[in-house]
Amino acid sequence: MKSFIAERNKQVITKDDGSFEIDCGVDSVAGSVSQRACVFCGSRVVLYPIADALHVVHGPIGCASYTWDIRGSLSSHEQLHRMSFSTDLREKHVIFGGEKQLENALLELIEAYKPKAAFVYSTCIVGVIGDDVLRICKQTSQKTGIDVIAVQSEGFQGTKKDGYKIACDAIGKLVGTRNDKPLGEFNINILGDFNLAGELWMLKEYYEKIGISILSTITGDAKVDDIRNSHRASLNVVQCSGSMMHLAKDMKEKYGVTFIKVSYFGIEDMSDALYDVVEFFKSETLMNNAKELVKEEIGRLMPIMAEYKKKLQGKKAAIYVGGACKAISLVKALRLIGVTTVVVGSQTGNKEDYELLHQLCDKGTILVDDSNPLELTSLVLEKGADIFIGGVKERPIAHKLGLGFCDHNHERKLPLAGYEGMIKFAEEIFATASSPVWQFVRKK
Amino acid sequence: MDTKDIHLDIQSKSFTATRNACKVCTPLGASIVFKGIEGCLPMLHGSQGCATYIRRYLISHFKEPMDIASSNFSESSTVFGGNKNFIIGINNIISQYNPKVIAIASTCLSETIGEDVPAMIREYIAVNKDKTLPEFIYASTPSYQGTHMEGFHEAVYASVKFLAQGGEKNEKINIFPGFVSTEDLRHVKEIFEDFGLSYNMLPDYSDSLDNPAWEEVVKIPAGGTSIEDIKSTGTAKASIELGRVMNKGGLNGRIKNNNKVITAGKYLKDTYDIDNYSLGLPIGIKETDEFFAVLSQLSGKPIPKKYQMQRGRLVDAYIDAHKHIFGQRAIVFGDEDMVIGLTAFLYEIGVVPVLVATGGESGVLKQTLENDLNINTSGMIIRQGMDFEEIAALGKELNPDFLIGNSKGYYIARELKKPLVRVGFPIHDRYGCQRIQHLCYEGTQQLFDTITNAIVQYKQDNSEVGYKYI
Repeated sequence: MKSFIAERNKQVITKDDGSFEIDCGVDSVAGSVSQRACVFCGSRVVLYPIADALHVVHGPIGCASYTWDIRGSLSSHEQLHRMSFSTDLREKHVIFGGEKQLENALLELIEAYKPKAAFVYSTCIVGVIGDDVLRICKQTSQKTGIDVIAVQSEGFQGTKKDGYKIACDAIGKLVGTRNDKPLGEFNINILGDFNLAGELWMLKEYYEKIGISILSTITGDAKVDDIRNSHRASLNVVQCSGSMMHLAKDMKEKYGVTFIKVSYFGIEDMSDALYDVVEFFKSETLMNNAKELVKEEIGRLMPIMAEYKKKLQGKKAAIYVGGACKAISLVKALRLIGVTTVVVGSQTGNKEDYELLHQLCDKGTILVDDSNPLELTSLVLEKGADIFIGGVKERPIAHKLGLGFCDHNHERKLPLAGYEGMIKFAEEIFATASSPVWQFVRKK
Repeated sequence: MDTKDIHLDIQSKSFTATRNACKVCTPLGASIVFKGIEGCLPMLHGSQGCATYIRRYLISHFKEPMDIASSNFSESSTVFGGNKNFIIGINNIISQYNPKVIAIASTCLSETIGEDVPAMIREYIAVNKDKTLPEFIYASTPSYQGTHMEGFHEAVYASVKFLAQGGEKNEKINIFPGFVSTEDLRHVKEIFEDFGLSYNMLPDYSDSLDNPAWEEVVKIPAGGTSIEDIKSTGTAKASIELGRVMNKGGLNGRIKNNNKVITAGKYLKDTYDIDNYSLGLPIGIKETDEFFAVLSQLSGKPIPKKYQMQRGRLVDAYIDAHKHIFGQRAIVFGDEDMVIGLTAFLYEIGVVPVLVATGGESGVLKQTLENDLNINTSGMIIRQGMDFEEIAALGKELNPDFLIGNSKGYYIARELKKPLVRVGFPIHDRYGCQRIQHLCYEGTQQLFDTITNAIVQYKQDNSEVGYKYI
């Protein structure tokens, strides 16, 4: 398979019996209409769900406007994350500097909203006009008594992935700064679940049922003070490792917190996520509880899945999502309901992720890194996909081509994780694949 | 203090920060215009994120493919200049899309480091003179100047400036309709056709951003203003531009306030001596009458019967529902031109616009309402540079009967437990924004019915008796 852009040819490969090699983790090619965003996006998206923190975007208005209340991350406590605060820089600030604007904005907002901490995101021009954001943050922190953390996420500095790392470093500044949250017998942190549509609450329920305490969730439904306490957990359970691995490794190094990688999408991965945690604690009681829970859930789900499998057998899916870990889970989850994956790709996958995908997928499946609308269009047509799984930017591609679509991005309002989520996922795939509206679309 | 008091206390303060902005940034407006040019692929000269965020924001409104390229600045382009990325970007756009036009808009980043995009375009054309190249358009849209509306009008102006050609005058009329819905654009074209007027409409995203389900795969959706039409704007008989503020807000916050506001209509007047009729968005009977009078004058024909009937029915509808409407208090918010049009309309049907709010900063909102539209603004709060939290704070004090504006005000309507009539942009929480009409008698009729029924439904839902006749 060749891309429309010669430089991208090594980022699009077809699985065959030969050796496997894919280019990934490289900057997007100019003019390619990449589906990726920027460094700022990576940072903003990770920190966004911290609901009792103030999030101030330092720059002209766009970056704040486009990220206002953008994710479906729910909070059980404060709702401050759903506000959009911007220093709204103008030409005069570009010329004379925006430091004063930032300082005033921070002091007023902190006084009014009384957040537990503040994150200050630098956007492109802040790096260019030379505002000393670190100094302003430090000063404001001294004046207000709360942590004011600079997130130096100028968009041009790299890719979305670099933004994840910057966000992890920002969280790292909070970790280990308090020791006052009561501990249970077995304590874990959940990293990399963003509580879309309340998914995290379902996961929490599973773990707590088994007998495991959740010390801190990062960053879905996160509380600043819980993050401060998070170094005291025995285990970091990391989903969405693309965004959170940096923090997990950092906490391992600094505080000796072991980490494991999990996924909560699909029955298989969800069950593994429970067993892997239980195995870590080496407790028979926990293991028995986990077995019971999994048995019960699988017993409940399998007949439902079997029904969907009958109806969906033979359907073909294309997957294009942000992180490759999610893609891996989706391939498995789709297989459970009879759907074969014919195209799979991600914005930010690494070599390891793609190797796993390569092993997992059937021969002939196309793997693609950092794709774009034209490429995706030609790939799904070539492989005759029936359903597309992606985010908002992929939806019109699917719809115009007459393909069913399932939104698996962070803007969705449906919980798709966990056992309950698997039912919802199957329902949604079935609905979009079976709608009678496709009869009016001529497929070419 | 309970939490409610804290909330009120917060809202009554004034803030340096913008809290929940009632605007987006300039390159977004430019992107919409460029998507309304036939065979055009826009490129934003800046970081990857600008293009991606704007695409996502626009897809959530239009629900259409929204291919916008980026020159994808890296650290080195920021330090050493973006020319290399510019060239790679253009080459890749041509190899992928083979577009008729590549329209480039700047971003805050490329403007701040002082990129000379026109020079890059000239150089690119010079180096590639043996090849057949697309047309180029460049709009300067630093996001620290104005809102998406300034970006929109700057792009209309830039398109004309780059492509218009002089010569012998013809009978065509240039129509610059402003930022309205796809159905509005279709309706304006219908009106021109019914007057027997041929026209150059810019932009025209009525098809390109409201594409039918595809019969076959296309790289750039069909539709849009043709290059020929943009070229011939320089030889038209007259121009009509709709919008009383247009890009005046771009002047605000500038260090040297010596830049003239230039619109496409003014440019064509200055350069090719084409008469320019600058009108408001034709919303409501009075503003629409003005528009139709100009069309009648330019075509030398009376208003077609069809529109006389539409106007008559609209008056009839006004009368039928006038008691439901009279004295209702509304908060109007959104882009300045849309807000002005809506306010004129609400005023003529007896609704009191207790708050007229915009994120724009033209500095002429109040005087436009008073002087150009003869609106008695006593009892109305008219504010520019507003954000949604300021609107929310005033909303609590004013306790209006309904709100009219875009989706982003939904949370305020929800808190006030009052209806929100969705108009303009963005509509992110309803389907069918492509088909919402605002303009002329037909659009006003749709708005009027929607508002009336929102009020009636509110009364019905909150009545102890479930009346079936209203």
